[in-house]
Amino acid sequence: MLKSIQIESFFIEIGELTYFARRFFKELFKKPFEFNELLKLCYSIGNKSFLLVGITGFIIGLVITLQTRPTLEEFGAESWMPSMVSISIIREIGPVIIALTFAGRIASGIGAELGSMRVTEQIDAMEVSGTNPFKFLVVTRILATTLMLPLLVIYGDAIALYGSYIVENLKGEVSFQLYFNKVFNAIEFGDIIPATIKTFFFGFAIGLVGCFKGYNCKKGTVGVGLAANSAVVFSSMLLFIIDFVAVFITDIFFEI
Amino acid sequence: MNEAQNIQEIKESTRIRKPILEIKDLRKSFGNNHVLNGFNLQLFEGENLVIMGKSGSGKSVMIKCLVGLMQADSGSIKVMGNDINTLNEHDLNELRTEIGFLFQGSALYDSMTVRENLEFPLRRHKHKFGIVKEKTPLVIEALESVGLVDAIDLMPAELSGGMQRRVALARTLILKPKIILYDEPTSGLDPITAKEIIELMRRIQREYKTSSLIITHDVDCARVVSERMVLLVDGINYAEGTFETLKNSNDEKVKAFFK
Ligand SMILES: Nc1ncnc2c1ncn2[C@@H]1O[C@H](COP(=O)(O)OP(=O)(O)OP(=O)(O)O)[C@@H](O)[C@H]1O
Ligand SMILES: [Mg+2]
Repeated sequence: MLKSIQIESFFIEIGELTYFARRFFKELFKKPFEFNELLKLCYSIGNKSFLLVGITGFIIGLVITLQTRPTLEEFGAESWMPSMVSISIIREIGPVIIALTFAGRIASGIGAELGSMRVTEQIDAMEVSGTNPFKFLVVTRILATTLMLPLLVIYGDAIALYGSYIVENLKGEVSFQLYFNKVFNAIEFGDIIPATIKTFFFGFAIGLVGCFKGYNCKKGTVGVGLAANSAVVFSSMLLFIIDFVAVFITDIFFEI
Repeated sequence: MNEAQNIQEIKESTRIRKPILEIKDLRKSFGNNHVLNGFNLQLFEGENLVIMGKSGSGKSVMIKCLVGLMQADSGSIKVMGNDINTLNEHDLNELRTEIGFLFQGSALYDSMTVRENLEFPLRRHKHKFGIVKEKTPLVIEALESVGLVDAIDLMPAELSGGMQRRVALARTLILKPKIILYDEPTSGLDPITAKEIIELMRRIQREYKTSSLIITHDVDCARVVSERMVLLVDGINYAEGTFETLKNSNDEKVKAFFK
């Protein structure tokens, strides 16, 4: 019984989220464009996640290389390391893990920020002072996450590859030049482009869910905590769904 | 001044002054919770009207319907001759420049400084002042009228509750509204600070010549600022009159307010 109620409320939630997304696209092209606010948000979002994404990326690179190396060594195939690691990082592991850390940092932040603005009537105050709060708060935030996540993923991927190179350099004495030569020989546009397109959708989903939860926050401090928390849970889940769909589509068009 | 004279006076003034704000038969329910059941109200130009009601009686809901933050189920709301339900977004925003709204909890933007808080309403309302190149004089003028010029570069979190309320008041004043709606201006403040805010409201009323709608359950506040009062009970305008007439009323529900 409980299960069926949960499932029902999940689909209601998806419906409301879709409605919220539709409103985003409607308001996106309406004047005025809050360009200054968008720049400010891009800066603060990038600034907040820069270090986190860097560290995450570096560790991904280290760990993958350290763990894969013994297996490849067994087959005497260490020379494949750079190409293997770079493809798996760029196609899948980089975007997904970085997007997940980004969701933890940014979706919860947006959820809590908008949630407390809703609860303390700041959003109402904006509306009565003649500024469309949806445009000013929601549209700008969703745009900012959509634009910033791809950049952060590229940056995180680069750091991950560098981390992987360090392991290779220490264990297999591979030079920087040789390592990245192999990497760039292995990577094709078919790896980079779908993976980058995917990250735009990840960024969009994270911003959308964060704003959705915060903007529709229930009254009280409990509501704010709940908004922040469920923003992370819901957006992480959405990331995996988008990832699955993206891999599915890429499979059709690029025939991996 | 005796009661009959008082009533006579009100009748006189109502006949001469025209309502700047008019609510007719306002109804609003949340599911089975019928909050407003046909509420009527007229606010006349230059008047200080106090609305009293118990906590949860729907005062905030009513005032939010007034500015279009909430959609009423039925009934008409006219502000300066415009029915707010039929206005499009642009006209509604334009009308909102004439209505100042002081929120129950001040509602300052806590990520912005006091200066940015005050500048915020100016960014959209170019038609009223033209394009405001130099916003600082307007900001300082508004802060001066609440006596807080020194706080201009502080964050809201650095202010006390009373100061926050004054900054919020300055923010509603900056557009020089014709009507100011106060949602419990003295709630959560100590009696002395509350008195200061009340004094401030009276001064603003004189200086800016606004019409004010004041929601409160603070009897002291009501006595000092009200020219006329409306009691909101069971979702309707249960009783109307001056503070004195209502205070001397024999109706049980009315008496309960003045105990
Ligand atoms: N968004 C909402 N959804 C559902 N119910 C609401 C909503 N807003 C208000 N209510 C209900 O409407 C009733 C009136 O609320 P309102 O906030 O207007 O009270 P109030 O008269 O302002 O009280 P107070 O003096 O405590 O501020 C309450 O019973 C409240 O539960
Ligand atoms: Mg209230």
